[in-house]
Amino acid sequence: MTQFTMNNISRRAMLTGVAASFAAFGLPGIARALTPASASTLVTSVVDDINSIINSGRSEAAILRDFERIFLTYGDVNTIARYALGADGRSASRAQMAAFTDAFTHYISRKYGRRFREFEGGRIEVNAAREVKNFYEVRTTARLRGEAPFSVVFLVSDRSGQGKFFNIFIEGINMLASERTEIGAMLDRRRGNLDALIQDLKRA
Amino acid sequence: MQFIDFKAGRVFFAAILGLSVAGCSVPDQPTEIHDPYESTNRRVHDFNRNLDRTIVRPISEVYGEGVPGRAQQGISNFAANASLPSAFVNAILQGDIEGAGQNGFRFVVNTLIGFAGILDPATEMGIPEESADFGETLAVWGAAEGAYVELPVLGPSTQRDAAGRIVDIFTNPLSYALEAPVNALPPIAGAASRFGDRYRFSDTIDSVLYESADSYAQARLLYLQSRRFEVGQTNDDALIDPYEDPYDTVYDE
Repeated sequence: MTQFTMNNISRRAMLTGVAASFAAFGLPGIARALTPASASTLVTSVVDDINSIINSGRSEAAILRDFERIFLTYGDVNTIARYALGADGRSASRAQMAAFTDAFTHYISRKYGRRFREFEGGRIEVNAAREVKNFYEVRTTARLRGEAPFSVVFLVSDRSGQGKFFNIFIEGINMLASERTEIGAMLDRRRGNLDALIQDLKRA
Repeated sequence: MQFIDFKAGRVFFAAILGLSVAGCSVPDQPTEIHDPYESTNRRVHDFNRNLDRTIVRPISEVYGEGVPGRAQQGISNFAANASLPSAFVNAILQGDIEGAGQNGFRFVVNTLIGFAGILDPATEMGIPEESADFGETLAVWGAAEGAYVELPVLGPSTQRDAAGRIVDIFTNPLSYALEAPVNALPPIAGAASRFGDRYRFSDTIDSVLYESADSYAQARLLYLQSRRFEVGQTNDDALIDPYEDPYDTVYDE
């Protein structure tokens, strides 16, 4: 009986949680326009996860895995990967694009996970959200020990079908532009061989 | 009196020089990269990278690991405080009275009760530094950003910021007020503080200089983005919309 009740409660709690997150982030197929409040809610979840990860005291490998989960859960990795690949993506096959997206997600979550790991002992606070063009900008402030607070901005869109972030600005430096430059240079170095690039990103 | 006029004249002359240098570049497109001197810049970049690998990085490690943390902090604080009068002057030139007041207040508090700026009580009072330099002043005055340039030793810059750096040699009233040998202290502390920064941000700097596929292009992009952000020259239209890229449409509208 007790066991049964416990199971029931935890299942109900879980379902409520799932429903709440669907309500907040929207579901594919359900037309639910993003609002400044729901964009803020999404970024608050991202930032809460980042805050707990950077102060968890876990090993670097574990932290980097956690960051990959953040990117997969809250980030529009398809769009980020395709933008980073730029014009070279046009000649890629569907299979190559899927493999690139996986490898790129691995690479980018490790890269940005390492940077965010330097925020250890600090915390990020969500400030204001506003509509820009067709998406939302959510401003946050990173407060690290012994440093002046600085700006971290997330851009959020639901055009993937779900509310997800598609760009991060740290003190004005944005991920999409930096990664298009970097991926372009990596591809040039491999004489445009996308398969070679995918293999190397997997090992990143 | 004549002495003061001479100094003022020198600052004015430097300002005109700065404007004319920055002014002769092509019209500004602050969202794009204007790099007509790329091949020269890349040679300078290779030189800077070698300089970092063989000299700057090793010294920064000795400094970062050898000098106690609190001493490093004191040296950085002292250097930052000594440069505040320049930030004060530039804030005034930009018409930023609040920034000037903040920097002026910081300088007085930290110099008087922070032991010549070694401690930083102003930040603890909630008055952080409002950085301002002549490159920024030129931007506020409407000078174009100009071409991207990588300067030997000093690193990434633009024509406007390079002109600003020259002028800033003259914009710190403190450098006129101090006599030898005391006037050597701020530049020495400033240099030490740079090595401290190189050590503190080592992972990030290394990742750009030595792990990037094209460290020149990456450093150029990082500098231009962060500088435009600092100067306040960012606008919503410049924000990338990856959902509207002609060949990048993943999702049907």
